[in-house]
Amino acid sequence: MSSLSATIQDVFNEPGCGKNANKTEAERKKGCTKQLQPGGAAGGCAFDGAKIALQPFTDVAHLVHGPIACEGNSWDNRGSASSGSDLWRRSFTTDMNETDIVFGGEKRLYKAIREVIEKYDPPAIFVYQTCVPAMIGDDINAVCKAAATKFGKPVIPVNSPGFVGPKNLGNKLAGEALLEHVIGTEEPDYTTPYDINIIGEYNLSGEFWQIKPLLDELGIRILSCISGDGKYRELAYSHRAKAAMMVCSKAMINVARKMEERYGIPYFEGSFYGIQDSSDSLREIARLLIERGAPAELMDRTEAVIAREEARAWAAIARFKPRFKDKKVLLITGGVKSWSVVAALQEAGLEIVGTSVKKSTKEDKERIKELMGQDAHMIEDMTPREMYKMLKDARADIMLSGGKSQFVALKAAMPWLDINQERSHAYMGYIGMVTLMEQIEKALYNPMWAQLRKAAPWDDAGVNWQTKAMAQMDAQAAEIAADPVRAEETRRARKICHCKTVDLGSIEDAVAAHGLSTVDGVKQHTNASGGCGACKGRIEDILAAQPAPVLQAAE
Amino acid sequence: MAIVTTSKKACSVNPLKMSQPIGGSFAFMGLRGAMPLLHGSQGCTSFGLTLFVRHFKEAVPMQTTAMSEVATVLGGSENVEQAILNIYNRTKPEIIGINSTGVTETKGDDVEGFIRLIRQKHPQLEKFPLVYVSTPDFKDAFQDGWEKTVARMVEVLVDPVEAEAVRDPARVNVLPGCHLTPGDLDELRTIIEDFGLRPSFLPDLAGSLDGHIPDEFTPTTIGGIGVDEIATMGQAAWTIAIGAQMQRAAEAMQQRTGVPFRLFERLCGLIPNDEFIAFLSEISGRPVPAKYRRQRGQLADAMLDTHFHIGGRKLAIGAEPDLLFDLSSMLHEMGAEVAVAVTTTASPVLERVRTQEVLIGDLEDLEELAKARDCDLLITHSHGRQAASRLKIPFYRAGFPMFDRLGAGHQLSVGYRGTRDLVFDLANLVVADREANHQPTPETWRSTDSGLQVVPPQLH
Repeated sequence: MSSLSATIQDVFNEPGCGKNANKTEAERKKGCTKQLQPGGAAGGCAFDGAKIALQPFTDVAHLVHGPIACEGNSWDNRGSASSGSDLWRRSFTTDMNETDIVFGGEKRLYKAIREVIEKYDPPAIFVYQTCVPAMIGDDINAVCKAAATKFGKPVIPVNSPGFVGPKNLGNKLAGEALLEHVIGTEEPDYTTPYDINIIGEYNLSGEFWQIKPLLDELGIRILSCISGDGKYRELAYSHRAKAAMMVCSKAMINVARKMEERYGIPYFEGSFYGIQDSSDSLREIARLLIERGAPAELMDRTEAVIAREEARAWAAIARFKPRFKDKKVLLITGGVKSWSVVAALQEAGLEIVGTSVKKSTKEDKERIKELMGQDAHMIEDMTPREMYKMLKDARADIMLSGGKSQFVALKAAMPWLDINQERSHAYMGYIGMVTLMEQIEKALYNPMWAQLRKAAPWDDAGVNWQTKAMAQMDAQAAEIAADPVRAEETRRARKICHCKTVDLGSIEDAVAAHGLSTVDGVKQHTNASGGCGACKGRIEDILAAQPAPVLQAAE
Repeated sequence: MAIVTTSKKACSVNPLKMSQPIGGSFAFMGLRGAMPLLHGSQGCTSFGLTLFVRHFKEAVPMQTTAMSEVATVLGGSENVEQAILNIYNRTKPEIIGINSTGVTETKGDDVEGFIRLIRQKHPQLEKFPLVYVSTPDFKDAFQDGWEKTVARMVEVLVDPVEAEAVRDPARVNVLPGCHLTPGDLDELRTIIEDFGLRPSFLPDLAGSLDGHIPDEFTPTTIGGIGVDEIATMGQAAWTIAIGAQMQRAAEAMQQRTGVPFRLFERLCGLIPNDEFIAFLSEISGRPVPAKYRRQRGQLADAMLDTHFHIGGRKLAIGAEPDLLFDLSSMLHEMGAEVAVAVTTTASPVLERVRTQEVLIGDLEDLEELAKARDCDLLITHSHGRQAASRLKIPFYRAGFPMFDRLGAGHQLSVGYRGTRDLVFDLANLVVADREANHQPTPETWRSTDSGLQVVPPQLH
């Protein structure tokens, strides 16, 4: 059994990840996690990530070993849907108290496991480690092992205390727990040439059920979905699948790759967001299954289903065209790949005036440029104020984004639609895209907006808070531009590389002084991007924004 | 007299309780220009933040010292320093409110000491308002975090005043418990102002989390009581504390400034509001405005109209001590039977809850006892939704969090008017449940055993 730090190193060294493969040995060791900034960080911890990844297993009891904060503040907060058991939505925690901190919490954990088994008799228990018991040295691996032996039931330790890193690391540590303790421990009653695994799909709002009927129609069996609407036993025999699809995010790439390595299950990375993506993914599933021995006619049937579904979807979307004429969209999202939604929005006749690329890879950006033209407005990271300015300047009619930025749009009396994981509608597959159009139409044409934008009778229509905010921003910008000292300060204050603390000013100066044109050149002169490498994209943007390099005469 | 017992289970199932650090952060959210900061791992903040956002449907400011494993073991002084500097420089707050968490308390970080050193090292922070409260996750609950934090705010932020100082007779301090909503605070402000008094609420969530549109984008709280106003609270003639949890802060205020206080443990129900209104009339020297005489009549009428439905109901309630005491007492006074009472933490009011036993436990306890004792009305926060659907009894959401219904910030329970609306809502729930689930059939009263069934099964 490997130690937690060894597991983390192993997870960082992920050959299946394109971004990782491009790093140097030293960079890779540091891992893919950005250095967290005290007082300026957002997002969940590793425990959060592990719980998110595994919680959708519906018949498992998820037991959190820690003080009340970890589970009491967070349970029943995800909209995954279950077709069977509701055990996953119940919350189990050891709710450690002061005595446990002093004398150790292992006994309480063991008793808690016994209570859960006696009362709820689940097929398995997942035990999550958190920061406090990790600090005091509670050995959950040992407790789980003892309990499993004693009670004759799988008790799986998920070793992912919050302070080891952010959410995405937790996703991967959860995957490691499945690989080490669950996958391959049981055998299915029977197998077929049409058995696949879906990895990294959480069935939020039941959205996977928008795709499942198509797979059912094709006779493709989901042997195990990790983890949306998943069941423990299916997970345990998932190593008998013929192929796997890793859905969209790279959250569980380690599971997909190691299952390929250990059990010879080929996988591809795909998405069911957007029409083109859905079709591509269905084709890819069919192709992999045929490669693994399914009859070739599967592809013909798949193509027929795709042709039918696409025709139906485009026909449904066409009806929105007159309603969407001349309407502009600002698309701000991290979770869903921008370009997969861009195509569908454009097909419906919407004009996209900007899109965020915060979590996008280089290929994603290229694809957006292809779709939206060279001058596509790509947004890295914005403050609420800047977001508002963008909405205003771009004269967007609607913003599609994650929940965190909703307040900007709603307070600006701007139609807004949630397209991230907290959303209440399902947007997957062909039907999902049509649903998305319906929702956009509903938001855009709500008569309420006209009322909300009207000033109160006692307010001067010209001096509402919106105009004040805009004036403030313009004044600030002008002030900074007019004052060379402040401009210089602003340039120096904007950190580009967080690992090596290199600011915008230094990079711009180095570029100008040495006529640099590559990220490597910038790295040699300033050390920027010498750490985790996450800022490469930002440096590329800086390079692109500079006037053509002119070598200085003195050199 | 209720007996207070504590659950003996090793495993808490479906917790009722939330942690005390986020109760502390919640209190800081009622201060203007504030940035609540949890000294812990980033998850400690993000879970709390998500909970507040789901409850209020508003942007909520909250930050973290982002403790890593190494920083936790070596001590978090650098993280606290960096966090304070980053927040100070980036968000230009008027105050930073810091609560510790389980992680940093297990290590035993001396945050007061860190703050002293940080103030020395960075002269711009020498006088900057920083309030720190120790709130380990492995002790106490949400309400305790609020209690300790407000008491500490008084100790740190209120300027001391001589006991004999001349006071402003029109000024009153209001120290509300965390069980009151922004809507409740608005209602109280209106009532108090109607007596010609000028209230200072500490904290004032109605200024920050009522959903109003701020004049400009700010990453800190968009309203609430200002640090300047808190400093002068010692000039008030009276302090009104609402909920037993506020006794500590009220005593701190008295000790520091000599301002006498009156504690109102409840503000839901007829008699508690009679006492409250009479007190306001007494300290303001003004007669009770006609508006409240009328509202009292309306509440009395509402009680008459609704007691047919509320009387005899067997209530199962799960809430933090002050909310539990307030709502269960009001329903007891309306003829309901408090059959099950579950709470999160110790409090002097618990033994006065009008029931046999108050259990410090979880929602599994609440569900099982409600089933065993045939309860037919459930009151708890949104996490009771699963229990309610299994029990198939009317479910009224009260307390924090309320994430699966809208308007949590404006739900009222205080004053004559708030009580009136609350009893109507409860009675309507009961009526709707009867219409949907308990219609009589030809079989309803058919005798199956020797005894005569007087009570139709619809009332259990």
